[in-house]
Amino acid sequence: MHIPDGYLSPQTCGVMYAAVAPFWYMAARKLKNTLTTRTVPLLSIFSAFSFVIMMFNAPVPGGTTAHAIGGTLIAVLLGPWAAVMGVSAALFIQALFFGDGGILTFGANAFNMAIVLPFMGYGVYRLIAGSADKNASRYWIGAAIGSYVGINAAALCAAIEFGIQPLLFHTANGTPLYCPYNLSQTIPAMLFAHITVAGVAEAVVTGGVLIFLKKSMPALLADLRKEVQP
Amino acid sequence: MKDFKKLWIGLGILAVLSPIGLLASGDTWGEWGVEAFKKMVGFIPKGLARFSGFWRAPLADYGVPGTGDVLGYIISAFAGILLVVLATWLIGKGLSRKDKGDVKG
Repeated sequence: MHIPDGYLSPQTCGVMYAAVAPFWYMAARKLKNTLTTRTVPLLSIFSAFSFVIMMFNAPVPGGTTAHAIGGTLIAVLLGPWAAVMGVSAALFIQALFFGDGGILTFGANAFNMAIVLPFMGYGVYRLIAGSADKNASRYWIGAAIGSYVGINAAALCAAIEFGIQPLLFHTANGTPLYCPYNLSQTIPAMLFAHITVAGVAEAVVTGGVLIFLKKSMPALLADLRKEVQP
Repeated sequence: MKDFKKLWIGLGILAVLSPIGLLASGDTWGEWGVEAFKKMVGFIPKGLARFSGFWRAPLADYGVPGTGDVLGYIISAFAGILLVVLATWLIGKGLSRKDKGDVKG
């Protein structure tokens, strides 16, 4: 889902940067009130987790690949604004050092994976888990389902950004200047990869990590519950 | 930091295992190289060709010059973890309040 430079027009890239800027600003303001000297290391750890989990490409039928992202996991543990910051940082390092996702398209990628994904995932998680105790299975099941919905919502956004390119940006004779595939091609392709493979990987990673934390570091979850008020 | 030892070890294990991610063949949809378009749609979109080289990443595709795919991927994983930790740490330190209660690991 890391859109490379060149696939989106500079205009689209500008609009996407403008769309994410207020979220980054809000995240900084929110985190100022909620981050503590002890939750900072956790934000670092789970942002790094997001980075490394994205390296685990899984095969998608039809010869492409997809991967989990882990943004909903950060949102569930540390709040959605922490996820905005954490996933944005991971995406920025990926773009800058590893060429995974572009620099011009960083705004679009952050919008999809660091904003739409964690907020959608967190919203669904809250709907399902409600005020359930962190020991209840509704907690991790809600997070897993939320993460599945979140990553698919992000994929849909990416598909729309790809798919509007040939409609909006083409030469006089209609030849596409950027991504040449239209919405009827990009949406099925992106959603197929994420409904079948990446979404499942995301749900397994999210649920799995929460079960691991519950079993091996129960005090951490209990403390975070008191500490993190979104 | 000590309290989260298990989590740091977990990150290290994932970094070592990361080359599993190389086993899946094929590109991710929408992340092809520029040349691939010739084959897929018969031409390279002009704007795409123009901006695709906007930035040259030093460790492109999680590869480290002079090493093989697997070792380069592992080094990239560790380097990336370090850089993300550094970035979030700096942001977090800059924003966090020092007077709030502690979280135990």
